[in-house]
Amino acid sequence: MRLNIALFGVAREIVGQPSLEIETTAGQSARGLLAELHTRYPALAALSSLAVAVNNEYAADDTPLHERDEIALIPPVSGG
Amino acid sequence: MIHIDLTDQPIAVADALRSVEADGAGAINTFIGTVRNRSTGRAVVRLEYEAYDSMALHQLRKVAEQAVAQWPMLQKVTVIHRKGTLHIGDVAVVVAVSTPHRAESFAACQYIIDTLKQVVTIWKKEFYEDGDVWVAAHP
Repeated sequence: MRLNIALFGVAREIVGQPSLEIETTAGQSARGLLAELHTRYPALAALSSLAVAVNNEYAADDTPLHERDEIALIPPVSGG
Repeated sequence: MIHIDLTDQPIAVADALRSVEADGAGAINTFIGTVRNRSTGRAVVRLEYEAYDSMALHQLRKVAEQAVAQWPMLQKVTVIHRKGTLHIGDVAVVVAVSTPHRAESFAACQYIIDTLKQVVTIWKKEFYEDGDVWVAAHP
């Protein structure tokens, strides 16, 4: 399946673009997606934290991802 | 009763305070976050806030709803966060709450700003004379 991933802040700068399309196995989990992205972009693994959001909610490690989900990478937030 | 906003325009603080006025409120408590001129020993020139808008608005509302669940006496809650380029002294965030008595207004206001900083999808980049850093990005 093909996932479209929105990128923000330092994650956007590391990847060098505001979103990313990746081809991955059907039913891939949030944890699995992060592992794939760490391999492709090792600088992502050096962040203090990196979460996956699915449809505007933080995803648990084992959350399965679907093509129609709105997926985003969430580096450490620093609002306020 | 809950008002949430994310804006690239200057925050109208007086309007935010007025928005939580309520006949049942004996206390209005506010937190106003402003841009400081120094960070970890370096002189800050400006900040840029980037937001994942849809998730930030959703999470801000959830934080406000959690506060109402924890302090059911809350009359009104307003949270407004700025995005875009900010300079020293600019208002970055306003939290305003009203309650019948003061103790709960302090507690609810602090809960909202503390939780906002942990979960709301907004990122701050600090610009110095000689570089820039995404705050909290690296250990």
